[in-house]
Amino acid sequence: MPSTFTHEFNASAFKGKVSFNTGLFINGQFLDGSDNTTIDVINPTNGKMTTSVSEGTPKDVDLAVDAAQTAFDTIWGLHAPGAQRSILMSKLVALMKKNADELAALEALDNGKTFNWARNVDVAGSIDCIRYYAGWADKITGQVQETTEDKLTYSRHEPIGVVGQIIPWNFPLLMMAWKIGPALACGNTVVLKPSEFTPLTAIRMCHLINEAGFPPGVVNVVTGYGNTVGNAISSHMKIEKVAFTGSTLVGRKIMEAAAKSNLKNVTLELGGKSPNIIFDDADIEQAVNWAAFGIFWNHGQTCTAGSRIYVQEGIYDEFFKRFMEKTRSLKVGDPFAPDTFQGPQVSEIQFNRIMSYIESGKAAGAKVEIGGERHGSEGYFIKPTIFTNVDPSMKIVQEEIFGPVCVVIKFKDEEDVIKQANDTFYGLAAAVFTQNLNRAINTAHRLRAGTAWINCVNSFNSNVPFGGFKQSGIGRECGDYALTNYTAVKAVHINLGHRM
Amino acid sequence: MAAKSIHTKLFGRALLSFPSRTLYRSSHTPSTMTSLSARIVIRAANRELEVPTGLFINNEFVPSADSPNDLIHLVNPATEENICSVAAGSVKDIDIAVTAARKAFNTTWGKNVTGFERSKLLNKLADLIERDQDILAEVESLNNGKPFKIARDFDIGDSIQCLRYYAGWADKITGQTIEVDNKTKLAFTRHDPIGVCGQIIPWNYPINMWAWKVAPALACGCTIVMKPSELTPLTALMLSKLIVEAGFPPGVVNTIPSLGSVGGAALSMHMDVDKVAFTGSTVTGRKVMEAAAKSNLKKVSLELGGKSPQLVFESADLEQAANWACLGILYNTGQDCTAGSRLYVQDTIYNKFVSLLVSKAKELVIGDGFDEKSGGGPLVSKTQFDKVWRYIESGQAQGAKVALGGQKRPGKGFFVDPTIFTDINANMDIVRDEIFGPVLAVGRFKTEEEAVSLANDTSYGLGAGLHSNDANQCMRVSSALEAGTVWINQYNLLNNNVPFGGKKQSGIGRELGSYALEEYTSVKAIHWNFGEKLDWPL
Repeated sequence: MPSTFTHEFNASAFKGKVSFNTGLFINGQFLDGSDNTTIDVINPTNGKMTTSVSEGTPKDVDLAVDAAQTAFDTIWGLHAPGAQRSILMSKLVALMKKNADELAALEALDNGKTFNWARNVDVAGSIDCIRYYAGWADKITGQVQETTEDKLTYSRHEPIGVVGQIIPWNFPLLMMAWKIGPALACGNTVVLKPSEFTPLTAIRMCHLINEAGFPPGVVNVVTGYGNTVGNAISSHMKIEKVAFTGSTLVGRKIMEAAAKSNLKNVTLELGGKSPNIIFDDADIEQAVNWAAFGIFWNHGQTCTAGSRIYVQEGIYDEFFKRFMEKTRSLKVGDPFAPDTFQGPQVSEIQFNRIMSYIESGKAAGAKVEIGGERHGSEGYFIKPTIFTNVDPSMKIVQEEIFGPVCVVIKFKDEEDVIKQANDTFYGLAAAVFTQNLNRAINTAHRLRAGTAWINCVNSFNSNVPFGGFKQSGIGRECGDYALTNYTAVKAVHINLGHRM
Repeated sequence: MAAKSIHTKLFGRALLSFPSRTLYRSSHTPSTMTSLSARIVIRAANRELEVPTGLFINNEFVPSADSPNDLIHLVNPATEENICSVAAGSVKDIDIAVTAARKAFNTTWGKNVTGFERSKLLNKLADLIERDQDILAEVESLNNGKPFKIARDFDIGDSIQCLRYYAGWADKITGQTIEVDNKTKLAFTRHDPIGVCGQIIPWNYPINMWAWKVAPALACGCTIVMKPSELTPLTALMLSKLIVEAGFPPGVVNTIPSLGSVGGAALSMHMDVDKVAFTGSTVTGRKVMEAAAKSNLKKVSLELGGKSPQLVFESADLEQAANWACLGILYNTGQDCTAGSRLYVQDTIYNKFVSLLVSKAKELVIGDGFDEKSGGGPLVSKTQFDKVWRYIESGQAQGAKVALGGQKRPGKGFFVDPTIFTDINANMDIVRDEIFGPVLAVGRFKTEEEAVSLANDTSYGLGAGLHSNDANQCMRVSSALEAGTVWINQYNLLNNNVPFGGKKQSGIGRELGSYALEEYTSVKAIHWNFGEKLDWPL
């Protein structure tokens, strides 16, 4: 029998008791893993155990896939009209709204992000995403192609079938919404693996999915490790599509597994080392605010983190002074305290990884202007860190750190900065700050990135596509673009009079 | 004969006589570079012509940079005689071609040229192919074996249409403007060309697959390194010459004949190729995708094998169903990824239909592609010939009944006659595997449910056909068939504006139609803040 997680929140931001079963969610039921093992969930503010949840195995993935296939063949997929799918998704939205504070509190507890951010971005964004795709469910259209009068040809955008979805720990609930929103709208059934570090909101969502009335097997959640459950999903012979958000290293393995197994379709949303470009003519106060938001929001654990800040020489000194002041003003601490901006990193592994990047930067001769060390004595807190005196060959300039660490670099002109900005094998996002219309457009167009922000950073919308150029990924999430990830196009040729 | 009636129906013009004797001279191959071209003789057409045999990089034919003595020897599959040899590109040659393509992308193509200009060049290319259609068809027939008239009127006729279709798209690539907040923010998307594309094409439709790949890539502004099949590279090289004549800037299209294990692998692994498109076997497609995953995560589209079912229901017009079924399995001598190689017939009409089918299949003449009577040519190579015969023998050994064919021809040429097996079961190799020859397995079913279940019992999902005069049944069955293309009361006819591609292990992505544009564009979302002030800290 899977254990029940019970917790009494008593913070000024949220008071209340939560209690729910933390089993695997297969065919509408909460189950123990087939090996009867569990995964400890650690509170990143103090390194202590919050609870433990059932651990899934490849065998459990098989069970989940069977349940998902049965649902697809009988009560979902082409058997559930778009209007019906839309109604169920809208019910889920209503339940998420009703439980929004609880979801935010769970996210803060599990991930370490502040309650306010969790409530206003993660939960609000997730609700918006599911609502947005609920609207698409009965608007999936193919084409009718004109050929000749003795032939009718049309394309149907059918659901793919059972889809595997593997999501990360940095925005646990939001990434679940980005994945299940379009998949369910298009009529697919889902086997989802949340991160083993942050499974709580995904499991809580399963209770809401049951409450909303989704048929059993439409959504299945198998909590587990990447090398067991993640690998089983990406190499499964009966899963026809896998969507993954996470590191480029793992994304590569998923695509390889897909190639070696059943050639399932793959979408990948991977890492980045996104440049943030500030020209002399930028609104300096706004540029400083957005730049700080770009790198330090979510503790730098954002795939689009603006981790390379390029500042034009005419504005550099003034920008740098103000950027330091701004960074100094950031409050690091308890995620439930109302004035906290930045909580702990998600895990000890991440903490160590980020600290080793900071050490490598120091060793390579870069200068730590602020931060560069842990905050406090317990938990996984790291002070916001700014490096200068860097050169392009340093690891801290080349590699994704996924922490509150940025490099600030001076540049001369447009040509110079575009070259530097594009000198990376990533291509997820980029930002430009300028008041000059031509420069804004020209720079945004020349940056090799799937998202270009002008006078803003890290600003997302459910209806705007998101994804990576180069090694930052394959495919686009959000917007109507995501519908193509979850539909299989079938061309139907009907002969009306062409005699052979 | 099947193809002839399609020909007259689709193209609506009388069969042309063979071209008169003219020499095919090139103004682009200097006479000093004789080693980069070969003279070949088309006996049936009384024609001698010069064909390029070098690697095509930066609008020039060049020898291999590091292995000039490595050659690929080409064989006429109807006679087993050598045609000529072409340069075999090396890994280094692929590198050089990619560098040329990258340079063109950054300077003269991609975002440096308007859609209107790309459109004009594509239309010009289509005009030139139309001008040279007879010569191209002769070489296609000589190298691949398919009948000359089919090569000209179907492979080439369709390729010209395909180029014109995408020429029309080149200045109609649009993104979206997305309403976000009218007071503070505008978002829009640009569908940028992806960049340098590697394209690896097969030997069954050398010109046609070239057009399917090149047309959408160029329309979107990508540059190309093309690897034609090592069995049939000649027409791709001839088309490369037309690329120069049409006026494409150097480096936009590069052609490297090479073995799959050399050039194909190098393209798939290349760190500076942004996308790879492959048409061929599922085994190789898997390797291409693995290489993409291991290298730079290039985008992949795959158009792979099939074991496509055709269902004949009792209400069907049996005469017509038999004609289409024959076209399904015998067109291109079965060397067709959508070949309708499994035919399931409702038991109430089974005997009648099978005898009709056998009598019609028997009428097809498989022979030399330059013989006017030939409706189908030889298989492309000795390897394919041996492979197909291994399947025919395995069908016999595993207990299927030979209703037609099954006997080897004496003499030269890789000819295989139409072969029909009945009394099959689901475990036989001839029912499970893609044979890629004129070999049909015929089974029977009682109910619609059973038919759909038999049809879907395969790891492939490329094509499927159904023959029925029950409208409701047509809708139910076409919906239930797991395939990227479903034909109702028809088979094997494609249209350039209708998407084509595979479900399950038959591929990833869609070619043709507006859908193919997605395979060659990279979406960039631009978020423009014009009114939101960020307070800090929040």
